[in-house]
Amino acid sequence: MASLTLEPPPATDRKIAFREALREAMSEEMRSDPRIFLMGEEVAQYNGAYKVSQGMLDEFGPKRIIDAPISENGFAGLGIGAAMYGLRPIIEFMSWSFSLVAADQILNNAAKMLYMSGGQWGCPIVFRGNDGAGGQLGSTHSWSVEALYANVPGLKIAIPSNPYDAKGLLKTAIRDEDPVFFLESERMLGDTGLVPAGEYTVPFGQAALRREGDDCTLVSFGRPVNFCLEAADELANEDIHCDVLDMRTIRPLDVDSIVASIQKTGRIVVVDQSWPFAGIASEVIAQVCERCFDYLDHQPVRVTSDDVPTPYAKPLEQAYLPHKGKIVEAVKRVVGVE
Amino acid sequence: MTPAPNAKAAPRLSDTLPASTVTKWLRDMMLIREFELRTMAAYQQAKIGGFCHVYIGQEATAVGTIAAVNHDDPVITAYRDHGHALARGMSSRACMAEMYGKTTGCAKGKGGSMHMFDKPNHLYGGHGIVGAQTGLGVGLAFASRYEWEVLNKGSKKVCLCYLGDGALNQGVFHESLNLAGLYDAPVIYIVENNGYSMGTSIERGTTMAHDLSVKAAAYGIDFIEIDGMDVCTIYDRFKPFADDLRERQRPGFVDLKTYRYQGHSMSDPQKYRTKEEVADWQQRDSIDRLAHLLLHRSDEPRAAAIAPSPWHGSLSEDAYKQMQKEIREEVRDAIDFAEKSDSPDPAAELYTDVYANPQPNLSPLREYHHGAKNPLL
Ligand SMILES: Cc1ncc(C[n+]2csc(CCOP(=O)(O)OP(=O)(O)O)c2C)c(N)n1
Ligand SMILES: [Mg+2]
Repeated sequence: MASLTLEPPPATDRKIAFREALREAMSEEMRSDPRIFLMGEEVAQYNGAYKVSQGMLDEFGPKRIIDAPISENGFAGLGIGAAMYGLRPIIEFMSWSFSLVAADQILNNAAKMLYMSGGQWGCPIVFRGNDGAGGQLGSTHSWSVEALYANVPGLKIAIPSNPYDAKGLLKTAIRDEDPVFFLESERMLGDTGLVPAGEYTVPFGQAALRREGDDCTLVSFGRPVNFCLEAADELANEDIHCDVLDMRTIRPLDVDSIVASIQKTGRIVVVDQSWPFAGIASEVIAQVCERCFDYLDHQPVRVTSDDVPTPYAKPLEQAYLPHKGKIVEAVKRVVGVE
Repeated sequence: MTPAPNAKAAPRLSDTLPASTVTKWLRDMMLIREFELRTMAAYQQAKIGGFCHVYIGQEATAVGTIAAVNHDDPVITAYRDHGHALARGMSSRACMAEMYGKTTGCAKGKGGSMHMFDKPNHLYGGHGIVGAQTGLGVGLAFASRYEWEVLNKGSKKVCLCYLGDGALNQGVFHESLNLAGLYDAPVIYIVENNGYSMGTSIERGTTMAHDLSVKAAAYGIDFIEIDGMDVCTIYDRFKPFADDLRERQRPGFVDLKTYRYQGHSMSDPQKYRTKEEVADWQQRDSIDRLAHLLLHRSDEPRAAAIAPSPWHGSLSEDAYKQMQKEIREEVRDAIDFAEKSDSPDPAAELYTDVYANPQPNLSPLREYHHGAKNPLL
């Protein structure tokens, strides 16, 4: 059983933005492994649609930082073929919303190649880009793809909530032998955080305990982890104390840490920015019920996005997404406080 | 200037090859045919499951094109893939055992008829989704170029990426042509144009079906059309085309006109074409044509116009019969082997080969782990 200890803050006073952390991860790995190349729309000459790859063309040149036309299915397939051949592609989707047109390549070919070929060809590739809503981009551009894709065996999904993890998880993703879907958030690219200058990685499948408390376990991943921390602060003022678990990867899912926390708190609220029906929260709750039903003092509760297409209007979008208010309310419900 | 009536044309490329090479083509095509006949029989006996698409009629296309490239050039194809696998050098045993779903199959019984993979022979799969392999093909070519250009190792390669005429209409193919053109990726898209995608004739599914060169031209890609029923013609035309693309590291597009004699898959009533049409194509059978040249010296019509090749008439009737016998034995042995091989044990193999780097908690059901070594590796 996982022993839960509070994740210490990074031992550094160096602060950089989320997008810089991503860039450092890619650049450092590219310096040490010439098989790695970055391909995607506007990654090279434009310096990245969201400036994640800024300056990388200058350092690595056009053979390794490669602008792709708007052909997600084509260049996702290209990356997978290149990975089979022995390269280590990083394929950037401007948004994971646009990965839907590449679904066949990323789900059939990347995820299943090792199995279909009887172990002959794996697919060491990273697909990365922005995931999730929050910028008033409307229904087509606001996908949280984690629930949709996590259903498929053969792939791994990482979803950092802060710059330190962004860098450490992306380096792990690039070195991994399996296809990794790396979900960033456009809303967080400018967020700054402590990131040491030295070499480090963050392993897959190990949740971070971000805050400690005996009353309720808050489980989340990606951007909503930050809303959980805000909610936990507010709840602490009312003497309700939460464990906040940042899962960091969805597949693998560190259910051991969740169970360990529930054994202490007896209560769980899962916060998931995808839709409720067959979402990640549903999966977490199912696994919790399978693993530690007897420890639960209240039925598990989930806070998800609302079960509608993502709206445009600001008040509608805010109402739709998980946020501090919804989380506070959910935790109060499970601990039995009005 | 018109040539004098009795002037001999320059010898064809294939005419200059040793008899052993051309005889090997004949043998490869005959092997594929015999293999597919036995595949159909095994399917009818329910020894083979799923979807199964045989290659009978199209043998020359895989054999003639693969003969024109190097063994380490990547090859990738669609689901009608048994012929490519055998032409690339996969053993009949591994191919048949895969269809029988046995551990000795090329993918340990996890791929099936539509997903033949053979790493030692650089066959990057049979692919079941129409057109999906075209994206991978440009990636294989891109990577082979990256290998010598960025990593400074390896030599110039070409990737052979086969597709059916039905895949002409898939978006990913057009994206891939564009990417190949943009990135100078040395992928050769070989359309095995058998005139039909299931029951849809190419005219009903594809614009400009009578002139596919316009599709290549739209992407600035070199194009040739070849009679796919004559393995020598395929080699003669394809070899210089591929050599040139290899040298220049550019993509190509080949319209290989061929025909499948059998139905699309094992369940196809074939209402969409006439028996006469099938019979007409069978008149031009690639195996008969080459066997005829190898067995007889001068009565092949085109032989009159050219210098007879050293290999014309080089195969004796006895040697031919012996070859037929060996092939029948080889395929019978493959069936035997497949029959006798073990079926995979779900307890041992179901959860293997899902992840190259298995980790705890990837699934709520069971831990993944590494499987038995693939028999081809
Ligand atoms: C994306 C997709 N759509 C439909 C199918 C079903 N299907 C399998 S083969 C086929 C016909 C393809 O014909 P063609 O590309 O000409 O190849 P051929 O069978 O003639 O070798 C169809 C429709 C599929 N496998 N994949
Ligand atoms: Mg066809």
